[in-house]
Amino acid sequence: MTGKQKKNLVRILAALGLFLILFITDKILNLGGVIGGNFGWLLPFALYLTVYLLIGYDVLWKAVRNILHGQVFDENFLMCVATLGAFALAIYRGVSGLEIEGFDEACAVLLFYQVGEWFQSYATGKSRKSISELMDIRPDYANVKRGGEVETVDPAEVKTGDIIVVNPGEKVPLDGVVVRGATALDAKALTGESLPRDVKEGDEIISGCVNLTSQIEVKVTKEFYDSTVSKILDLVENASAQKSRAENFITRFAKYYTPAVVIFAVLLAVIPGIITSDWSAWVYRALSFLVVSCPCALVISIPLSFFAGIGAASRYGILVKGSNYLEKFNRADTFVFDKTGTLTKGNFAVAKVTPENRREDILRLAAIAEQGSNHPIARSVTEAYGKEVEKGYTLTNVAGAGVTAASGSDIILCGNEKLMETNGVEYVKEDGLGTVVYVARGGKFIGSLLIADEIKDEAADVVSELNAMGCKTVMLTGDNEAVAQSVVNKIGLTHYKASLLPQNKVEEVERMLGEKGKNGALCFIGDGINDAPVLMRADVGISMGGVGSDAAIEASDIVLMKDDLRGLSLAKRIAKKTMSVVFQNIIFSLAVKLAILALSAFGITNMWVAVFGDVGVAVLAILNAMRVNCKYKRS
Amino acid sequence: MKKIYRLEDLDCANCAAKMERAIAKIDGVSAVSVSFISQKLTIEADDEKFDGIMKEVVKTCKKVEPDCKILL
Repeated sequence: MTGKQKKNLVRILAALGLFLILFITDKILNLGGVIGGNFGWLLPFALYLTVYLLIGYDVLWKAVRNILHGQVFDENFLMCVATLGAFALAIYRGVSGLEIEGFDEACAVLLFYQVGEWFQSYATGKSRKSISELMDIRPDYANVKRGGEVETVDPAEVKTGDIIVVNPGEKVPLDGVVVRGATALDAKALTGESLPRDVKEGDEIISGCVNLTSQIEVKVTKEFYDSTVSKILDLVENASAQKSRAENFITRFAKYYTPAVVIFAVLLAVIPGIITSDWSAWVYRALSFLVVSCPCALVISIPLSFFAGIGAASRYGILVKGSNYLEKFNRADTFVFDKTGTLTKGNFAVAKVTPENRREDILRLAAIAEQGSNHPIARSVTEAYGKEVEKGYTLTNVAGAGVTAASGSDIILCGNEKLMETNGVEYVKEDGLGTVVYVARGGKFIGSLLIADEIKDEAADVVSELNAMGCKTVMLTGDNEAVAQSVVNKIGLTHYKASLLPQNKVEEVERMLGEKGKNGALCFIGDGINDAPVLMRADVGISMGGVGSDAAIEASDIVLMKDDLRGLSLAKRIAKKTMSVVFQNIIFSLAVKLAILALSAFGITNMWVAVFGDVGVAVLAILNAMRVNCKYKRS
Repeated sequence: MKKIYRLEDLDCANCAAKMERAIAKIDGVSAVSVSFISQKLTIEADDEKFDGIMKEVVKTCKKVEPDCKILL
């Protein structure tokens, strides 16, 4: 509870107590009869007005102030008109000698309005806090070693190359490499992975993890603003800036709702009033209208539902960049996967060298050509060679074909069959399943390497779950038909496209975007390496294993921090739950408000019910929104 | 230039929407988002005129929702 909430609570309780005492005394003693004659109404009016002012002085003040600022359809103002109007009606009854009533109601309406407002503010604060706590990965300090002493400083003051000490129980404040000690790290807050990760000297670690067992010393590799934890916080904190269609609809609706209700209220008072000349009854109905005219329940509960959904997802290591993506992801019916590193583990290894008797030679030449590349295939080649690679070659990348390495007249070609064919090299075709790299030197074929990749264990399950939801699952790959076919058969994807160059992937995605239904959405799932253009083009770009990969975090709309495809089906379930709660809240609040409007128009209900329609609905909708932030099972 | 400011005492969701609409109308503001949930104002505006625009934003905010303070 904030200070302001505490103060208001005391005021509300005091006013409620006074109101009850007054109400009961009035019912027993009939305060209206204490002073006889035409001035009987004065005593109850004075007493109820005192309570009214105690509970409502701030509302009155705000109403006056906002009117001066030209804010006519302000909820404070409408509330004041409604309650003061009710007082006026009661005075009118008193003056014209009718039974004295209505003062208690005028006072109670404002009292309950305040109770509701308080509860609304409390519930929003509570839920805001419970969600933000999930994302509490910001490190408060860093222990930096300077001249043999350990100093505690702000993480932002630490420079790259500094050595920091991380004690058990502390958060790792900056990204770095362990230089002394070994420990277990808990990355749950970042990836949702509950198993601790063991790290030792030489291992890279990321900020935001919690050190579990023993002290380590870490050499900082990235400054704070550039570290994983700042990137993630940035992303999460900006998430609510991207608004969904549902949110935009609601704020637009709210813009017209209040003036419309007010105009209707005026008409309701005037027209039947003139016809029937039963002014007090119709004015009373119109005043009830004003009480329900605030759209707060809607305006508050929709973004809160999305926020809860984004919060729930982040607990499982799924970062969603905005509620619009959660909304779109719920509609997603086409899932396009990149193959390498997404459906497969991407841990390439040289499986076969042909001819085997020239193994050393082939690997040596291939390693020369591939040394400059970070691509997993290239790395598997240099790893398989395992020795110092000769330098002094100029490397030229031939997109979609391979690499040529030249040193004077010595030219090494290393790539797929296209590279061999365009250079007129006769080669021996390799039919094994996997990526084949052909090596030629000086125009003559030397041999080939077969590089194979493993399919992720969970890939088949996730794809079949998506298929069962009626989604189209597509794989795009630069590999040849045979490799693609074998992977597709093992995983059960519905469509695939093989032998694609990187730019073809964008074209392919564009084509599918054109084909999909109007309400569907296309997701592209990649590992963030080399597929940034496709990630941006898709309706929802999802990158995997995003920890440490800046490009992926920037280009995608949803980041699966853990390299696990099951995050997809989990995210889909969270999106579905969020959207259903959003929908429920819209329908529920609108239905209750409209029902109360209709009932008040016909005089069936009174102002008490109208107050519930205003604040009660808001509170219920907030509670409903919090249901999104529950526990989800990993499939 | 894009900047994010914290908001204090932003108490009602509808006021946040009203603030957003009012700020969007200020000359030179290219994008604005007021988040009631995270109590933040995200604003994108011309670099050169940014300070002047922010003064205008504070004034607008005072007018629409006097209780709410922008922490500059």
